Amino acid sequence: MKEIVIISGKGGTGKTSIVASFAALAGEKALADCDVDAADLHLVLNPVITYREDFSGGKKARILKDACVACDSCIETCRFDAISYKNGGKITAESVPSVNPIYCEGCGLCVRICPAEAIAFEPRVNGEYYVSTTKYGPMVHARLGIAEGNSGKLVSLVRQKAREIAEKEGLDYVLVDGSPGIGCPVIASITGADVIVAVTEPTLSGKHDLLRVSDLAGHFRIPLLVCVNKWDLNPSIAEEIENEARERGAAVAGRVRYDKAITRAQIEKTTVIEYTNQGASRDIRALWDMVRAAL
Amino acid sequence: MKIAIASGKGGTGKTTIATNLALSRAEAGERITLADCDVEEPNCHIFLKPHIVSSEPVTVQKPEVIEDRCTGCGICGDVCEYNAIAVIKKKVLIFPELCHSCGACSLLCPENAIIETPRNVGIIEKGSTAKLSFVQGLLNIGELMSPTVIHTVRKAAGNNGHVIVDAPPGTSCPVIEAVKESDFVVLVTEPTPFGLYDLTLAVGMVRELGLPFAVAINRSDLGMSELTRYCDSEGIDIILEIPDDRRIAEAYSRGEMIIHALPEYRPLFDSCWTEVMRRHRLPLSKQKEEVL
Repeated sequence: MKEIVIISGKGGTGKTSIVASFAALAGEKALADCDVDAADLHLVLNPVITYREDFSGGKKARILKDACVACDSCIETCRFDAISYKNGGKITAESVPSVNPIYCEGCGLCVRICPAEAIAFEPRVNGEYYVSTTKYGPMVHARLGIAEGNSGKLVSLVRQKAREIAEKEGLDYVLVDGSPGIGCPVIASITGADVIVAVTEPTLSGKHDLLRVSDLAGHFRIPLLVCVNKWDLNPSIAEEIENEARERGAAVAGRVRYDKAITRAQIEKTTVIEYTNQGASRDIRALWDMVRAAL
Repeated sequence: MKIAIASGKGGTGKTTIATNLALSRAEAGERITLADCDVEEPNCHIFLKPHIVSSEPVTVQKPEVIEDRCTGCGICGDVCEYNAIAVIKKKVLIFPELCHSCGACSLLCPENAIIETPRNVGIIEKGSTAKLSFVQGLLNIGELMSPTVIHTVRKAAGNNGHVIVDAPPGTSCPVIEAVKESDFVVLVTEPTPFGLYDLTLAVGMVRELGLPFAVAINRSDLGMSELTRYCDSEGIDIILEIPDDRRIAEAYSRGEMIIHALPEYRPLFDSCWTEVMRRHRLPLSKQKEEVL
């Protein structure tokens, strides 16, 4: 079983459209949507959810009003500025501090230092994850709650569940749709993968961001394949990107032309492979053949 | 006043709008600071080409064990909620990437055997162009804690004149760190199924944070009407629409500013600014009525 992670550095380069196309092209596979704070793969793969479970990535502090003696030691100790007096900061007989759950990082320090034992520390549901069936095979995806953190842990969970399914069913591939950037959720989606496919675009921003992705792949020693999407928008920058990627040890897996069929397929809630067999669809087939050959 | 430019979906045009809005106001004579808070992949510098005058490390506190004092009691490992400390055979192992710098281990160590030392996780660069002040952050490769770097950028931007924040994509911790304490948020999207779905998530986030906001639509004539229907039904104002013009994409690919390469689009950013200012002056509860 091989795990292929598709990331991009820069957002909006066509990652999810290419993952959906790979889903239509690859043989036996499981899918994992690891862009958990803006998951979109389900919009084109139309999954039917067969299992769902709450995800809790950690605990949050909560001040018990009746027990609090308003000594303020929690406020002084919290490094995340998560505890304050909601009403203007004046201490009165009734007024006790409260925890802003959006800023609380669940370190539990306040709970441990509170002299009145007035702070509860409870697991918080940060989102949920789903196991679904699609016409292309099983898919694991998730939804992070509104304004919740812990996306890295949820990414790890989604990947782990997809790998378990692939192993149990003897599938050939796990296709992972990653998130933009190079931080916590991206690192959680690539560590230990067999190969990264980085999808970029021929712009100076795309180039800048891809170079940071290639440094990240190098840092974790994961083989990197590069694809310039919409390459014909600026052929000379496309070439510069490919050259620089090669210099940094990446392989160029293909180019996909600018084609409005990609957006039209998305609007029709399908993959571009099924939408047409011309243009970008053809380029993505060639790209998939190169990715498969590289494994 | 602080205005954050954010979006659920990446690649919808945050940087385009942040830089063009900032420069057009600066050229109109206003005092502007552009703060690039997309510290994983900062791109504003490509378009504004600022002259960087200072570059400083962003550090977090990480625990360090003073071996002579450590008794191997294991309390530090027990109190760390992030699994950044493991105590095996009375030996303390620290995994600095997982550390959130909460201070629990050093504060609760009964032997005072843990001190905190700074660890670099990124850099912050300050500079300017002929017209505006500029600050950006860069997360080091392999680091997880982008919110720390974002926080530093936001604080360094100060509050002289207007600050325009270019936020990272998404809806979780880094975005919240970038948009919090803003006076107004512009959510950028595009009329595609991905754009619409991710906008609904971003709207949930800014509402949860209680921030006033409006929507900007890029590539507005792609032809999916559900997006404007959604905004109508939710009472969300659309304050900027940029058409799908291949010349914009090409100018962007070369790192050029739209207001310079295609000056016919400058009035779009002027009126976007006017709309932001008009809404900002209204108290949040009055916004909707007034606009209606």
